[in-house]
Amino acid sequence: MENPGSHGWLWWIPLLPLAGSAVAGALHLCTLRARKTDPAARGPAALAGLVACAALFGSLLLSLRGFQALRELEPESARTLLSTVWHWITVPLPAGASFQADLGLLLDPLSSTMTLVVTGVGFLIHVYSLGYMKGDPGYAKFFAFLNLFVFAMLMLVLSSSLLGVFIGWEGVGLCSYLLIGFWYEKGWPAEAGQKAFVMNRVGDACFLIGTFLLVQAFGTLDVPTIVANFPVDGSRQWQLTLAGLFLFGGCCGKSAQFPLFTWLPDAMAGPTPVSALIHAATMVTSGIYLVARLNPLYASSPGLLALIAGVGAATALIGGSTALVQRDIKKVLAYSTVSQLGYMFLGLGTGAFAAAIFHLVTHAFFKALLFLGAGSVIHGMHEEQDVHRMGGLRRHMPRTFVTFVAGAAALSGLPLLSGFFSKDEILANAFAGGGLYYVFWGVGLATAALTAFYTWRLVSLTFFGPERFDHHHVHPHESPAVMTVPLMVLALLSVAGGVLGLPPVFGVTHALADWLEPVIEPGRKILERHGHAGHLSHAAEWALLGLGSAVALFFAHRGYRAYAGGPERDAALERGRPALAGFLGGAWRFDALYDAAVVRPLRLLAAAVAVVVDQFTIDGLVNGSASAARGAGAALRRTASGYVGGYALWMGVGALLISVVWLWS
Amino acid sequence: MNVPSEHLFFLSSALFALGVLGFLVRRNVIVTLMSIELMLNAANLAFLAGSRLHSAPGRPDLQGPLFVIFVITVAAVEAAVGLALIIALYRLKQSVETDSASEMKG
Repeated sequence: MENPGSHGWLWWIPLLPLAGSAVAGALHLCTLRARKTDPAARGPAALAGLVACAALFGSLLLSLRGFQALRELEPESARTLLSTVWHWITVPLPAGASFQADLGLLLDPLSSTMTLVVTGVGFLIHVYSLGYMKGDPGYAKFFAFLNLFVFAMLMLVLSSSLLGVFIGWEGVGLCSYLLIGFWYEKGWPAEAGQKAFVMNRVGDACFLIGTFLLVQAFGTLDVPTIVANFPVDGSRQWQLTLAGLFLFGGCCGKSAQFPLFTWLPDAMAGPTPVSALIHAATMVTSGIYLVARLNPLYASSPGLLALIAGVGAATALIGGSTALVQRDIKKVLAYSTVSQLGYMFLGLGTGAFAAAIFHLVTHAFFKALLFLGAGSVIHGMHEEQDVHRMGGLRRHMPRTFVTFVAGAAALSGLPLLSGFFSKDEILANAFAGGGLYYVFWGVGLATAALTAFYTWRLVSLTFFGPERFDHHHVHPHESPAVMTVPLMVLALLSVAGGVLGLPPVFGVTHALADWLEPVIEPGRKILERHGHAGHLSHAAEWALLGLGSAVALFFAHRGYRAYAGGPERDAALERGRPALAGFLGGAWRFDALYDAAVVRPLRLLAAAVAVVVDQFTIDGLVNGSASAARGAGAALRRTASGYVGGYALWMGVGALLISVVWLWS
Repeated sequence: MNVPSEHLFFLSSALFALGVLGFLVRRNVIVTLMSIELMLNAANLAFLAGSRLHSAPGRPDLQGPLFVIFVITVAAVEAAVGLALIIALYRLKQSVETDSASEMKG
């Protein structure tokens, strides 16, 4: 690194989408103005999509340039590009020191990986949206929001200080809210957006408290400085554990982990490309990114790691089992995303930070693919989302079918596909953890079985079996090339993405782990000192790989066979085990629980406050003073009778009183 | 003739009280005006009585008579304006009763 802080071009990576967002927003305003005179006017909105795609493509090229620039740096530990443009906050402290928060960008292997995922997958989703959102009255607005989201997400992953991360963190939350409620005139998307926003507030408050604790501990928010402080001596450990706990709470909100996951399935109210970009590939993974970014903080607290692994395993199981019985194609994928995010946290909890990032990357490929494929199906089926009313679509939309199957195979972890390697690495690490981690491994393996089952149930119900839609009204058709080409690219990545991280037993290097090594190293060294990092023999690894393959293949086949003839199995479950079906269908009743424990008490409290404070106290004060004035007026008006004699009498009485008082004093 | 000053004050008070009473109870504006004149002259009498009380032989107190002259002037002006108002009122209402001039609804 010849000159730190001189890489100003890094700023163009997030600024290009911001500019694209501004242009698209302006085009939307122009369109609105044109519509005022002619409601059918198309205005210049059509340009917005191209502008947004071009902005993101530029950002992608710059990210590739950054990746290349990092690779050329030797040794690996020096692979850091920093650009600080502004000493934003400077607070002098008593002892001559000062607290300083800079606005800077940091490109290192981890943020470079995230940037490539965000801009790469994001670009494909933008292109897809050109077709998907065509003809929507809010076309330009959609691209303005989408580009703004990419800007915020890039700020989140690139910021060198936690303050900048927080700006991005809030920015993506805002864009998520705007895009979930994009079709707000339908009503329920607006409510879903509010739910997502409010539940994220809980996590964001935790995030803030965590950063405060970090400032208290280290006096800085600069990530490289914080990381360089580790390992710390034991006396400060509890404080850092608390900071890590609160930051993890923030991650639970943003990454939809137990107990804050219920907003993500509702977020499916947004347009499907939004679900693919924000609620599968990028925003919801920012929690994983943050934990990996602060890996020494978490590595130095084994209890915290076990908690993360436990939360991840629980979320994986809850999400996976709920996805079994969903009828909405997007809800299946949403619960699947919850479940897969749980996997990533399980990976983080085992100390396998690189494995978690690996799963993040492969998941971004195949889950974005599955969502976009689902969008293509919904598009072709005229906004039908219920898989019970689909079936046999492979004949009508062959390209969507083939790519969707590729994504499903990767998600269910069929051997040699991307999801297989990343999932297996996490499970192997959990197995190597020993003790409590055997339980997590077992839960993870069970979830892998669930994943394979529900994924192929979905494929079966959507593309195979009898056609269950109304042929008079629904004529399924393949989507245009602008939508299917991104699907094909993503399918290729989903199938081949595994080469990023082949397991060591294959006798090759784990490319992604090597690449991330400079960032992960501090945490890994701390783990090694704790004696946490267990190693598996080659035989054990082969056995786990074999077990994973067998489970995936067996349950994928079971899922496919069970639903190949139609959705009768769902009805059978509802008849035979109505309690279980209701329990799974309601996501383990968490929504009902929150409704009873939080929403309804809060509503009651609000109603009570409305009556006691608002109507009684405040209205009482206002109305009381008004009626007091009126009453006083009514009493006093009798004195102003209009008869001169009356006034004179009062004057005389007054004069008399004054004289009496004057004479007596 | 040596009338005690107290008698003069009593007379003045009685005249003033008569004026107030007349002002309060009579409805005729002309009588009201006369009652005001009565009160003013009661005040004049009180001024002169006070002046006499404060005078020493060879050094008469002049402040009392000075005020009396002012009051007489004001009374004359008041009578002129008052009578003019009465004529205006009479033209408006065909009456010189005070109650007829009340237009308030209170």
